[in-house]
Amino acid sequence: MANLKTTEKKTKAQSMGLHSEVLTGKTQQKFFNPDEAENFYYWGTYDVDFNKRIDLDVNDLDCKEANKKIDELMSQGYGTIVIKNPQGKHSLGVGVLNKLNLIFEGSLGYFGVGSIDGPTVRINGRVGWSCAENMMAGKVVIEKNAGSCFGAAVRGGDLICKGSVGARTGIDQKGGTIIVGGDAGAFTGFMMQRGRIIILGNVGINLGDSMYDGTIYVGGKIGSFGSDAIESPMTKSDIDWIKRKLKVAEIGENFDVSKMTKVVAGKKLWNYDALEPTEKKGAI
Amino acid sequence: MCGIAGLIHRGKSSDVGNELQLMLQALKHRGPDSTGYALYADNDGENFIMRFKVGENVGEGSTSVNEDDSVYDKRKELVDQMLKNLNATVVKEEKLTPYSYRYEMKYDQDLMEFSKKIESIESVEILSIGKSLELIKDLGDAQAVSERYDLAKVKGTHGIGHARMATESGVDIKSAHPFWGYPFSDVSVVHNGQLTNYWNNRRVLENKGMRFMSECDSELIAVYLAEKMRNGASLEEGMKDSLSGLDGVFTYFVATKDSLGMAKDTMAAKPLVLYESDDLVAMGSEEIAIRSILPQEIDTYDPFDGEVKVWQI
Repeated sequence: MANLKTTEKKTKAQSMGLHSEVLTGKTQQKFFNPDEAENFYYWGTYDVDFNKRIDLDVNDLDCKEANKKIDELMSQGYGTIVIKNPQGKHSLGVGVLNKLNLIFEGSLGYFGVGSIDGPTVRINGRVGWSCAENMMAGKVVIEKNAGSCFGAAVRGGDLICKGSVGARTGIDQKGGTIIVGGDAGAFTGFMMQRGRIIILGNVGINLGDSMYDGTIYVGGKIGSFGSDAIESPMTKSDIDWIKRKLKVAEIGENFDVSKMTKVVAGKKLWNYDALEPTEKKGAI
Repeated sequence: MCGIAGLIHRGKSSDVGNELQLMLQALKHRGPDSTGYALYADNDGENFIMRFKVGENVGEGSTSVNEDDSVYDKRKELVDQMLKNLNATVVKEEKLTPYSYRYEMKYDQDLMEFSKKIESIESVEILSIGKSLELIKDLGDAQAVSERYDLAKVKGTHGIGHARMATESGVDIKSAHPFWGYPFSDVSVVHNGQLTNYWNNRRVLENKGMRFMSECDSELIAVYLAEKMRNGASLEEGMKDSLSGLDGVFTYFVATKDSLGMAKDTMAAKPLVLYESDDLVAMGSEEIAIRSILPQEIDTYDPFDGEVKVWQI
């Protein structure tokens, strides 16, 4: 984690609608003691070789069998797994907790690649509701459209949809970045707590409704603002950061970032910053 | 949670019975209690097809009271007598189960009065009347209902269906979807969601002479749209009006003799995935429903909040 004590970084972070507190809470001391890091064991992870590649046809497998098979392949050291014929099945690719190149040649149903921590995922089709829910880290790129609750409760990483997404994108978001190349539906950023959302197209009604914190950038028209969401001026830091993110996301190459609308929380919750310091890691 | 599916072939007929069965079977996990089909079949268009029931399926899982088959037969005789009194000529008669029938008949008077008279017989409910609509609903999953009523062979242009998880009312046929848009021939509705102003609307609509056969909140949509159309509104106008007139969360489909429509509430709380091409529109609560008939890679999307769409055959 970057040193947040420097004045420059504090200013940048704060100008982008983020907080820059020093993490000193009890949970931080108890569970993230750097002295014990070398003894830390992350259950369910494997050392994989990205050059070791395999195709997996899941046409005749249900989601449980397919996910078990992915786990088995990772345990054998495969670092690049190509899933053939996902056929809109639910809950595929969930719970991958290590670095991995996971490629889906087709579309996913509900809860695709949920609760992941680290893999780079590319989906050549569409995804259903709640894609990448609870994602901790990694990068997910969807080539087509996504359903509602896209990136619900994500805590970190980059979640990118090149098409349009449904309603409640980034609901309960706690960190990370969600990038949408097309339009987004109603209640985008509903109750979001940390992190950032970039929508290049239009968004529906009640944008950022009941948001606690975090930042939403919108390139197109906004249906309406939700309660607690307000517009804030774009800064150079915002523009630079968005440009960098779009480059990583491989979209919006010629998009005029400077004309985007920035939306932040208009309220300040009492004692919010002192509640759970470990949760703030993902937002930074 | 329920599952809904619909499809419309534009400009041609297809195996809609089999296709809808595959779509609904893929959604079985969303609603195992009952399954219903509204198929718009390639009938000759000469006669009315009336599907009705004289009792409930009292099999496993049913919340209905057990009745003897002889009671069903007695009610059927009363229906036949009433049809004679109404000057309706039955051309063909099929007994599908001990409690349900399909009649082809000639009738040229007001359908509302006709329905009121038939349904005045105890426990008799008209499931549908239409010249192409074949509305079938019963307990069990899509495959079981399809086999029971031999639906795989039905050819037609479009259809909608529903896999029901009973939440607001009992596990019985009267609460199962689709609902017929009484008293309009060939109008049917399926719904996924909950309506919170059901009783307010029901009281208003009943005062206007509309009829409710169940206590299932979804029936309100069919009655609501039928009442709008009775007063001259088009299907699409009625559907747009329903976005503010109906309170709650919903995605619903409506089908008529030559069209298929969808509406999604303003909170977009209920799922819908849509595939649209020049010759086919297929939609369902989940992508797997569409994939069950279109396994190749296709482009699908979620309609946004408050969207209403209508397609013609």
